[in-house]
Amino acid sequence: MDVKFPVDELILIAPEIILCGFGLLLLLIEVFLKTKSKSFLGILTLVSAGSALVFVLKLSSFSTDLFFGLYSLDSLGSLTKGLILVMLILVVIMSLRYVEREEVISGEYYPLLLFSTLGMMIMVSSKNLLTIFVGLELMSLSIYILVGLFRDNLKAAEASLKYFLLGAFASAFLVYGIALLYGSTGSLDIKGYLEVIAKGDTSTVLIIGVALIAVGFAFKIALVPFHMWTPDVYEGAPTSITAFMAAGVKSAAFVTFLRVFYTAFLPLIKQWGDILWLLAVITMSYANLTALVQQNIKRMLAYSSIAHAGYILVAFVTGEKILSSSIIYYLVAYTFMNVGAFSCVILMGRKGEENLDIDSYAGLSARHPFVAFCLTIFLLSLTGVPPLAGFMAKFYVFSTAIKAGYVWLAIIGVLNSVVAAYYYLRVIMYMYFRDPVKEIGRIDLSPSYILVSLICIFFLIYTGILPRELMLLAEGAVSVFF
Amino acid sequence: MVEFSYNLYLLLSAILFTIGAVGVITRRNGIIVFMCIELMLNAANLAFISATGIHKGLEGMIFVFFVMTVAAAEAAVGLAIFVMIFRLRGTISVDQMNLLKG
Repeated sequence: MDVKFPVDELILIAPEIILCGFGLLLLLIEVFLKTKSKSFLGILTLVSAGSALVFVLKLSSFSTDLFFGLYSLDSLGSLTKGLILVMLILVVIMSLRYVEREEVISGEYYPLLLFSTLGMMIMVSSKNLLTIFVGLELMSLSIYILVGLFRDNLKAAEASLKYFLLGAFASAFLVYGIALLYGSTGSLDIKGYLEVIAKGDTSTVLIIGVALIAVGFAFKIALVPFHMWTPDVYEGAPTSITAFMAAGVKSAAFVTFLRVFYTAFLPLIKQWGDILWLLAVITMSYANLTALVQQNIKRMLAYSSIAHAGYILVAFVTGEKILSSSIIYYLVAYTFMNVGAFSCVILMGRKGEENLDIDSYAGLSARHPFVAFCLTIFLLSLTGVPPLAGFMAKFYVFSTAIKAGYVWLAIIGVLNSVVAAYYYLRVIMYMYFRDPVKEIGRIDLSPSYILVSLICIFFLIYTGILPRELMLLAEGAVSVFF
Repeated sequence: MVEFSYNLYLLLSAILFTIGAVGVITRRNGIIVFMCIELMLNAANLAFISATGIHKGLEGMIFVFFVMTVAAAEAAVGLAIFVMIFRLRGTISVDQMNLLKG
């Protein structure tokens, strides 16, 4: 058999090639650099992410399968890739100063960010489980290292170990699920599953396979009861990496989860719908109740990110293809809220003293009104207060549930966001109405943090007031399911 | 010649997978936990290879190569993390990883 490598398709994966090439190049350059000039690597990372973003935008009108169906280019993938790259750019901008402040000597920081982003991009743009698995592992392995990159930090090391063990455990579930699916259908392509299931051929092995794959994804997007790693890892990891994980990993994993389940397993919704319904309720309720008692802001934001996964799951369980655009909208809004919030958390700290407890925020508005203002916007958006994007996102998700007949789920969701308002508003209350209880010293108002905060604020207000454009984009993205 | 039975191989792989999963939950030594994860991955490999027997396709076998490669990369990263932890704490028992909680 003569198989020719489709060279002409290489141009269609230009963004991925750029990221991979730059990642390798940066590793090489790093060896020859003096230890002090790491920001040069950051600038190069920005250049590569920017040019990859340009290519993603240029290629966004294409919709085709590449490399014998192992890879594909479509609107869902393009939108998510764009989102991930924008998120990478924001994280790199804030890292420029953060890495300098924390005196990270290892130059692997930026290349690993690039490789991890590459993994996410591979993962969201494939219809083949083999490619999805490779992308997921590339993403995860890079992040295991990034979490523990601050070598002398005990907490970071512990977080890295926990994330590694539980992440590897989860991917074992995923692989075994894929193996069972392959065994019962003989296919690795998610369209192939649809054909088998449409024939009414649903063996127990297939159902178990689907369940195991769902467990694998549930670990990555941190649904209760698969969330144990999340608060610990988010707290222990360097804050820029926490932002990267909270925004990037969750979006990429959720989109892949959506693609796999909405393309292949929608006829089986009777089997998984109820279980995910229950998971959504447990996730929202448990995460919000636990977040109430957190004193550490990174931990609080970690529980809040678990709760947000629960809200997104509310729209997910409905199984309505056309309404799943609300999931995409939520993920975009969620990304900007979280990156912004974590950039404020970074702002508050110094080397060796991160000021993560909520007491540090008391009386912040008098001393640093700008920081207090930014954080307030992000927390209000996380709460879901109009006119910010977080409100529209919640509105779309809950209206999806109501339109699809899941009224009770929507009610539980709304009640949960009321509970959540307590712990978000508590921080705002501390900042504006409390007297300072401890001296946090001068804040490093570096342009790199301010830029990130301002971009996020602009985006949140813009898409909150004019949600139509983003919603149309999201609807275009989910049109791949038809 | 003994007839090839997919179901028996599947049962064996399920048993291996369960042993691995139980080991991850019950064992306290980090490296043994990691070995149990490898056992789970190998159970998946066995399921893939035996499935290729009935489907006559190559995809399953190719997947096994990918799983092995990923497992090797995971081992490299994992052992590096264990070394780092051991240097900092003098132990790799997962029970003593209790700085982060709440």
